[in-house]
Amino acid sequence: MPSRTTAGKRAGTPYAFLAPALILFAAFLAAPIVYAGYLSLRKVKVSGLGLGARSRTEIWAGLDNYVRSLTDPDFLPSVYRVGAYGLIVVPTMLGLALLFALLLDANRTREAIGKFARISIFLPYAVPAVVASLLWGFLYLPRVSPINDAIEALGLTAPNLLSTDLTLWAVANIAVWGGTGFNMIVIYTALRAVPTSLYESARIDGASELAIAWRIKIPIVMPSLVMTFVFSLIATLQVFAEPMTLRPLANTISTTWTPLMKVYRDAFARNDLYAAAATSVIIALATFVLSFGFLKLVGRRAFNQED
Amino acid sequence: MKIKFAPLMAALTAAALFTTTACSSSDSGAENQSDPNEKVALSYWTWAPNMDKVVAAWNAKNPNIQVTVNKQDGGDPAVTKLLTAIKAGSGAPDIMQAEYQKIPTLVSSDAIADISAEVGSVKDKFPAGIWNGVTLGSEAVYGVPQDSGPLMFFYRSDVFEKNGLQAPKTWDDYAAAAEKIHKADPKQYLGTFSANDAGLFTGLAQQAGASWWGVQGDAWTVNINDAATQKVAAYWGGLVEKGVIDNKPMYTPEWNAALNDGTQVGWVSAVWAPGVLDGSAKDTKGKWKAALMPQWDAAAPATGAWGGSATSVTTQTKHKKQAAQFVQWLNSDPEALKLLATTAFLYPAANESTSVLTSPPAFFADQADFYTIAGEASKSMKPFTYGPNVNVAYSAFNDAFGKAAESKKAAAFTESLAAMQKTTVDDMKNAGFTVAG
Repeated sequence: MPSRTTAGKRAGTPYAFLAPALILFAAFLAAPIVYAGYLSLRKVKVSGLGLGARSRTEIWAGLDNYVRSLTDPDFLPSVYRVGAYGLIVVPTMLGLALLFALLLDANRTREAIGKFARISIFLPYAVPAVVASLLWGFLYLPRVSPINDAIEALGLTAPNLLSTDLTLWAVANIAVWGGTGFNMIVIYTALRAVPTSLYESARIDGASELAIAWRIKIPIVMPSLVMTFVFSLIATLQVFAEPMTLRPLANTISTTWTPLMKVYRDAFARNDLYAAAATSVIIALATFVLSFGFLKLVGRRAFNQED
Repeated sequence: MKIKFAPLMAALTAAALFTTTACSSSDSGAENQSDPNEKVALSYWTWAPNMDKVVAAWNAKNPNIQVTVNKQDGGDPAVTKLLTAIKAGSGAPDIMQAEYQKIPTLVSSDAIADISAEVGSVKDKFPAGIWNGVTLGSEAVYGVPQDSGPLMFFYRSDVFEKNGLQAPKTWDDYAAAAEKIHKADPKQYLGTFSANDAGLFTGLAQQAGASWWGVQGDAWTVNINDAATQKVAAYWGGLVEKGVIDNKPMYTPEWNAALNDGTQVGWVSAVWAPGVLDGSAKDTKGKWKAALMPQWDAAAPATGAWGGSATSVTTQTKHKKQAAQFVQWLNSDPEALKLLATTAFLYPAANESTSVLTSPPAFFADQADFYTIAGEASKSMKPFTYGPNVNVAYSAFNDAFGKAAESKKAAAFTESLAAMQKTTVDDMKNAGFTVAG
């Protein structure tokens, strides 16, 4: 049994172990968040011509930046755009991920093919979004795209994927291509954890493979589906790299195409850190509300099945 | 551009006085009672290539004023860094490369100093239109022009010959040539309207006589939606609507391919274009020719600018006099001009640049008079005043004209100017600037 003095010394030990994490958390997460909140309530006031020293002062702005952000004519369209983008990306990506995971799982006996398929579906996730967008950008531009060449060789007219009607789909495609693999692995891992005895008894009862998938596998991996949905939701709200990289290639992506692009424009093109901070806070709050709202909505149903 | 500058001058003089006071109080009077043997070390932020080699020539001759080059990533990041250093109160260099369109922003943030007392005498060595960019039309001097980008027209002479065309003298000629070339070969375009390049459109408006910002009394004026710019927007919108020029942005892989495979057969660009063509259109080397810009009024030739920068002295320097001395040498001394042109590959802004640039750039090796044309263009540069929120106007340009170019409607082009004007004015008013009208 340790003596009193060593126990006293040891009381500090957990904190010593926690310190690196706490310090990093405070310095690189908590402090920037607080600072962004502070900046969002400030603004620079210029007087007169704004030339020379002392013509710029930083003042309290109250909720001015928030009002400006929410009433900016470009803000709501960018929110709707991201909503439409999410409606395309999330169901497509998760649907494909689930389908691939079920197919791979149904094929458990042929391990070599499964491994190859798994890696090739996962690989795009390892490609950075900017690189992926550049790559797809080349494929989208009519003159440099081999796909266009192929379509035109067949005597058909290839659609311009970066035109007004199709840009959203073109950007969504990159996200689906990059994200499906990751979600598939998550769902597949959950499927692998299911004991095979469950399937055997189902088969003895006369269930088809389709019925097994629908009645047993999907309900069992529901928590994974919920988790991948929340991740996809957050990624959707923060979509930035793909449209930002494609923007210079086309007329159809504006500088405020998504809410995060507006933050970027305000901060770095307009030198208005204060408006950018306010929009960031709004996006963070929306992400928070949507993801926790969703978890609360489905949480009980999805997670109770684990018990 | 008839604008009264007296109140601006007063404001600027007051600012300058304040700056000088601030400087001499923080510094034990290096300017007034400077010891000629005092050794001074200056730092210089620039992103031009090989600038350290140009500076080495100065350092060899001026053992007491040693300049160290600090290479920057480019115009935008350097400005962001400088403004941060100014806000922090330390960390800024003594000397800074500053693009012309950034100068009002830098002056407005009190980042660069008025050096009219030190370098005012070099005014005559520069074309008036370019000098205007470092004075903002006032008596102050916020830097010495280093390089300039007078707009010029580049075209595929073989395609012009085949179609029986001459280099366009006027914009009407250009429109006719564009139509003829596109009719003869529907895949070929004489140019494209790029909604990504606000700088080029600004130069075109400048050529037509616009000056988007100005100072009237103690208020800024914003004239983006003026008659001259309207004329330019309607002209390009008309060509796009007709379909005789392309509507895709420049500097894309597609555009590069089009220059190289002969489907883009002309480029309204600036004096630095050969460097770009060398990379993008290398298969067509020897087929291009440079010419003066098409004109609105052939009797009064004019041009605008796309790119170019000045060298400025920051407000944080403790050796303003020595820094100004270096800046003046760098941008007006014949030896330095030669180095700028041949080592740093810049087109020096000084009038004398024509005498140091004798052989044409490699891509235009057959055109011996390349720099004579450039020099002529440079002299006809119209004055243009930039405002303190150029970036806001430029990103408004990208958005509004992106939509217009996509719609291929001339009316959308001219309407876009109203949107740009409104966004720019709203931003200035919101920040607290006094804006007239």
